[in-house]
Amino acid sequence: MSLFNVFNISGSAMSAQSQRLNTVASNLANADSATSANGTPYKAKQVVFSAIPTKSPDASGVKVQKVIEDSAPPKVVYDPKHPLADEKGYVTMPNVNVTEEMVNMISASRSYQNNVETMNAAKTMLLKTLTIGQQ
Amino acid sequence: MLNKLDDALSFHQTALRVRGQRQELIAANIANADTPNYKARDIDFKSAMQAAAADISKETFNTAKTSARHLDGMPSKGMSNGASGEPLFRPVIQGSVDGNTVDMDVERNQFVDNGIRYEASLTMINAQLKKMLAAIQGQ
Repeated sequence: MSLFNVFNISGSAMSAQSQRLNTVASNLANADSATSANGTPYKAKQVVFSAIPTKSPDASGVKVQKVIEDSAPPKVVYDPKHPLADEKGYVTMPNVNVTEEMVNMISASRSYQNNVETMNAAKTMLLKTLTIGQQ
Repeated sequence: MLNKLDDALSFHQTALRVRGQRQELIAANIANADTPNYKARDIDFKSAMQAAAADISKETFNTAKTSARHLDGMPSKGMSNGASGEPLFRPVIQGSVDGNTVDMDVERNQFVDNGIRYEASLTMINAQLKKMLAAIQGQ
């Protein structure tokens, strides 16, 4: 029954998009974390989506293939009073681009909503199919 | 007699199956709207319907026979549940840098359109069932 597979497909996309939203939240929260557990500034993280086969060979779902660290160079700000400033007074801050992350957040949230709509439509269609032959 | 009832419903049954398959493909396109290098796919409903209609007349519902005098199974319509339409790739209108060809507007439009037509087929089946009931009851 192919309509039931819509739940698997949309569900996989919803969990992938929420993982993307999770990394956005992490990046935004750590936009000013000048140090981390290993002593270096926080590095922005990005998810990489990939299509995965489902029960039906032609319709694919989504999964997060890997989480990569953003290769953008870190921001260097001049703040001599900062405890982590070097001898010239510069502090290395995370490479998080806040504007980019906000756009990413909106995009993830819209894609999530699209998949919720898809799932709801499939549910309505299946429920209507169940009423065949009823008066 | 029962075969005739079955035949009356088989067209819309096939249509529902192809519509369901198409709905699944479009849902996959919507799900992969952000996947790099994903190519949007869809089936041509007309040729899928023709393939499904040609397919169903060949298949036979086989039953185990324990005596030579048992009858063969009748060719049964709508028994096949394999994929009937060959999915094709959607033409690219505005390609994106990451190689993804999903156009959200097209997909949403087709998703709603296909859903409405699915429900239309359901309505037709219901109407046919009512018609048959009226004929059987003879009132």
